[in-house]
Formats: sequence, structure tokens, C-alpha cells
Amino acid sequence: MDILQQISEQIDLGDDEKVYELTATAIEQKIPVKRILEEGLLDGMNIVGKKFKEHDIFLPEVLMAAKAMNAGMELIKPLLLSGNIPMKAKVVLGTVRGDLHDIGKNLVGVMLKGAGFEVIDLGNDVSPEKFIETAKREGAQFIGMSTLLTTTMPVMKEVIELLRIENLEGKIKTLVGGAAVSKSYAEEIGATAYCYDGSNAVEYLNSVI
Amino acid sequence: MGIRPALHFLENNLIEKIISEARDLLCNLGITLHNKEVLDVLSGYGATVDQDKFHVLFTNDVIDKALGSAPSSFKLFDVLGNETHDFSGFNSYFTPGTAAIHILDHKTNEIRKPTTADFIDYSKLMSGLNYIASTSTAFIPADVTEKISDSYRLYLSLLYCEKPVVTGAFTIEGFEIMKDLQLAVRGTKEALEAKPLTIFSCCPTSPLKFSDVTSQNVVDCARFGIPVEFISMPLSGFMAPVTLVGSLIQHTAETISGIVISQLTNPGTPVLYGGSPAIFDMRYETTPMGAIETMMLDCAYNEIGKFLGFPTQAYISLSDAKSLDAQAGMESSMGATLAVLSGINNISGPGMLDFESCQSLQKLILDNEVCGMTQRMARGIEPKEDFPSMPLFQELVKEKHLLISKHTRKYIREEHHFSGKIINRANLSRWKEEGSLSLTDRANLEIERLLNDYHPSRLPEDIKKELTLRMEAEARRNGMDKLPE
Repeated sequence: MDILQQISEQIDLGDDEKVYELTATAIEQKIPVKRILEEGLLDGMNIVGKKFKEHDIFLPEVLMAAKAMNAGMELIKPLLLSGNIPMKAKVVLGTVRGDLHDIGKNLVGVMLKGAGFEVIDLGNDVSPEKFIETAKREGAQFIGMSTLLTTTMPVMKEVIELLRIENLEGKIKTLVGGAAVSKSYAEEIGATAYCYDGSNAVEYLNSVI
Repeated sequence: MGIRPALHFLENNLIEKIISEARDLLCNLGITLHNKEVLDVLSGYGATVDQDKFHVLFTNDVIDKALGSAPSSFKLFDVLGNETHDFSGFNSYFTPGTAAIHILDHKTNEIRKPTTADFIDYSKLMSGLNYIASTSTAFIPADVTEKISDSYRLYLSLLYCEKPVVTGAFTIEGFEIMKDLQLAVRGTKEALEAKPLTIFSCCPTSPLKFSDVTSQNVVDCARFGIPVEFISMPLSGFMAPVTLVGSLIQHTAETISGIVISQLTNPGTPVLYGGSPAIFDMRYETTPMGAIETMMLDCAYNEIGKFLGFPTQAYISLSDAKSLDAQAGMESSMGATLAVLSGINNISGPGMLDFESCQSLQKLILDNEVCGMTQRMARGIEPKEDFPSMPLFQELVKEKHLLISKHTRKYIREEHHFSGKIINRANLSRWKEEGSLSLTDRANLEIERLLNDYHPSRLPEDIKKELTLRMEAEARRNGMDKLPE
């Protein structure tokens, strides 16, 4: 079995130490970093994703696999940057102003981090201005907003309108979710996407970057 | 170990009174028994027999002798000889409801007479349903002569599914081939006795009567060491007292009669203290299996059976509904839950609709999940590295979640039962995105998946051929040139 296959397999098994060692060996062997990323690390995560979808494995195994992938990513990150190979996106996350219910948002954060995205979690009760300031400062491509309450849903619209006013619409994309939110509401307020759970958010981001 | 959750309806002194009344009925009112051979045997043991009136009065000595010789537990083995059941203590296993005359066609949603093709699909499906430990001759294919309709079901079951079979003969003659089919699988009578492959349901006729066929089937099974489950069916308010206690007295008397016949023929023959009592619905003139009192009767006679030292059986976890609707789910899951809490050892019911008349593959898929959940419940709650709890909570506070904690990964599959895809636990948006599938849609998808994933039985090919030769000969003997394709 070639080393990239081994990396993929160890990600599937969730062994971060082995993935770290194998990635280091692959780099030593001068395997192009893009191949290590795509045929090793991401290939492993794709296998895990399919198993998760089929209910063969559950969240803990997915997150262990993600942890293993991140161990490999640590090693190849500098090489990706120096080689101008695009990294995974940065997401600013929070529950909107007035809403303290953050279980769903936390799960989305855990899942996104696990899938290799950089997550800046602003916690709960986040004002529209704070979402946008942070995204601008950090160079994030996405803002992820969550709310459980119907009363706080309009805050999502405020964020989207502020982005429009600041001419950032399209540059910073908005993901919305939470128990009160629906696909039609997301469309109505002009959000870029609606995600119904953590893995759906990962699936969406992977499909657009 | 945690506590095995348990349910009780009867106190011991009430159980003793019920048994005492049943003994009194057997010794002083007696039963009708239409089988000369059995009457002779009973007479030989001191029972008072009137051969002309087919009547017998038992004695307490005869009853004690029978109750004393029946085993308190036994095991069951699949066609390959692997142990699948240990009928002892509070171990509960499920088996599909048996002998329906109809099937709910999952493609047309029409209730119709079943065919051989239906039975093959059913047997394939049963191979993949993890929480139903045995198969049963669940319905009667209408495309063979009724003279072989009992044995033909067993033949198809043994050919297509590896699980042991809950079955029964419809006639005295039917037993012969049904025994021969089992001998073909096991090789010898001794091997069959050592590793029972089937359970035969034998039904007394209420009130207090054993037909010639039932008596002879009990005797024949005993001679070959084939386990029997006695299916006494008092109907409260009609063919039995309207009170639950009165019905239980009758059930006890009828079941003990069967045990006497079995044990005097061959002491030690494995038996299940079973039944299918029901209340009689005075409005619809029907026997509701989904009635709460029916289920209470089942659980209560199970307590009496356990008190007498027997493993038990009941027809519970079936439904009177005519489709896979909310009533079907409600009645079946209520029954399954009560049955497992009561520790009934062999729970007959999954798949069954319309009292005991209609099998449904869709419902089998749903009931399999109910069975899985109740089996999880039976394992109860027990500590697993929970004391001291401080380290785990320190980890939770530090990491903010326990999704990848070692403790979670170690116990997740033991502590949480993960149901199959027929149970929808997606949020509303995901459910919509995945097609807004109804329960029936999801059941049909699972049926197709399991039929596609079916692996043929690993029973050796020469044994399969032998089964077919024997069944074909039986069909010819009964006027059928060949079996359906």
C-alpha cells in the first residue's frame, strides 16, 4: 500500500499520531504536497464522510478522523502557504444578538474545525456589527449565524443588510441555521445558504470552496 | 450489574390461588380430550378416563409428575447448529407472528392471499432483521394445496433463512414431513434432540378441550424431543370468564393439561408455557390482540408460568390495525415493551396486523426496531466508569464537549441504541431534503435494501437438495405434480 493510501486509512481509523508520522514521511519522500492533501488527507475524510452518511459510523469517529487529518495538516500547512495552494476557508460563527442558545452552533463549530476549516467562534448574543468587524479583521470568507428563537431571526437579516451597505455582499458569504430557521426564510432574507446541521454545513462549505 | 427492569401484575398468593383453582378444575371438572392413545396413557398414570365421552379427570399426582419433569430452560439452534436462544430466566427473544392467512402487499398496499414468492421474500427479509432472533412460518402460501401448507412453509423457511423456526402442524399427517425436514437438516433424531431447530405451537381449544390433532402433535413432538409452546386461547367474556383472573384460571388449566400430555409421553421434553388469550370485544365480535387487557393477560400468565418454573411464550406485540398506521405502531410497541419488561422468553408478534390474520413486511421492518429498543431497555441502567465522575466533568469543562472523549467512544454503542433508517430522527429540514419520506416509504426502502443485500443460507447444498426432494415427494403424495417456481 502506498503511503498516501496509508494516510487515508489511518484517518479512517482516527489515529492522529500515525497520520502525523506518515505525513512527515511523505514530505521527506518529496511527494507533492497537493497530492498528500488530496490523495491522503482529504481522501481519508471523504471515506469517513460516506460512512457517516450511511450511519456506519457516528460523530465521535468522524471527529477522531478530523483530528487525525488536522495532525497531518499541521505539517503541510506551511508548504501549502508557500506553494500558494489554497487553504480551507475561515468562518466566523455565533448565535445572533438576543439568543443564548448555542448547542447547535457549538456542534457546527466542532464539525467545521474537524473538517479543517478555521473557526472564529464569537459565542452567543453576537451583534451584527461584531460579526462583520471580526470577519473583516480576520479575512473570513463566511459568517455562520444561528438562532433558536423566532424573535431573534430578524437579526440575521440585519447582518446581511449591513454587509450590503458595506459593499461586502458576495465577498463575505452568510450561512444561517438553527431550529427557528428554514430554507425558505434563508432565501427570503438573502442568506447565501441554509444549513440544517453541522455535517450539512461541512458538506455545503466543501462544495463551494 | 444494573437492575433488569421488571413488571409484575400478580402477587405470589394470587398466583397460588389461580393455580389451585386450575388444579381443582382439572381434577374435578376435567377436560375433553379427543385422542384415544393419550387417554390410555393418562389412564395408565391414574387419571379417571371416560373413553366414550373423551373425558378425563386428572389427579394432583399426575399433574405434579408432569410439572416436575418439564425442564426449566432449553436452548434453540439455527440450521447450521449455532446456538441462538437460551430460554431461561428473563431472556426475551422475538419471533414474527405466525400462520396469517393474508399478507399486506407492500407494493400495492392491498391485503391479499400470499404466495410462495411472498414467503421467499419474507424469509430473505427475516435473514437481515437483527432483533428478531427466530423466523416463523408467518403466513400460509395459497398457491399450494392446503394439505401441505403447513410443511411447505417450514420447507421454505429452512431453505432461505438460517434462523430457527417457530411453526406448527395443521394435521396429524403434517407432522411426519415436518419432522423429516428437520431430520434432513440435523442428520439424526439424536442430533435434532440435542439441538432443537423448531418450536411447534400446539393449541388447546377453549374451553378445556384438546382436539385429536393437537393432542397427537404434542405426543409426536415429545417423541422427537421437539419443543412445544402451548397456545391456550381463553376469550374473556365469551369462551372464558370475563374477569382477567377467571381467564387466567382457565388458561392455567388448559396449559397444564398440555404439559401433562407432553411430559407423560416423554419426560423432559422442552416446553414453553405460552398462550394467546384475548378479551372478546362485545361490539365488534372480535378478539383484539392490541387491547391492553389482552396484553395484561399475557404478562400475567407469564408470571404464573415462571412461578411454576417454565420458560414462557406469548402472542403479544401484534396489532389489530389493517395497515402500517399509528395504531399498528402503538399497539405493537406497547405489547413489545410490556412483554420484555415481563421477561416473556419467546415473544410472538412482529409483523402481524388484523388480529393474527395479516403479515406485513413493512411492519416487520418497523417492529424490528421496536424489538431492538426494548432489548436495549432490558439491559437497564448500569454504571460504567461513572464513579468517580469528577475526571469526566473536568474534561467536559475543559474541552466544552465530550464528543471525542475516550469515555464516549468506549461506551457510545453500548449505551445508545442506534435505530435503523425506518425511524426518522432527522430535523425537519433534513427530512424534507431527503424527500419527506413517510413511514411506509422508509419501510419500503428498507425492504428493498434488505432483499438486495440478502445472502443465501449457508446450509450445505446437499441438504438443501434433500429438503427439496422430500418436499416434492410430499407434494406429489398430496396431488401436486410440482412445487411453485
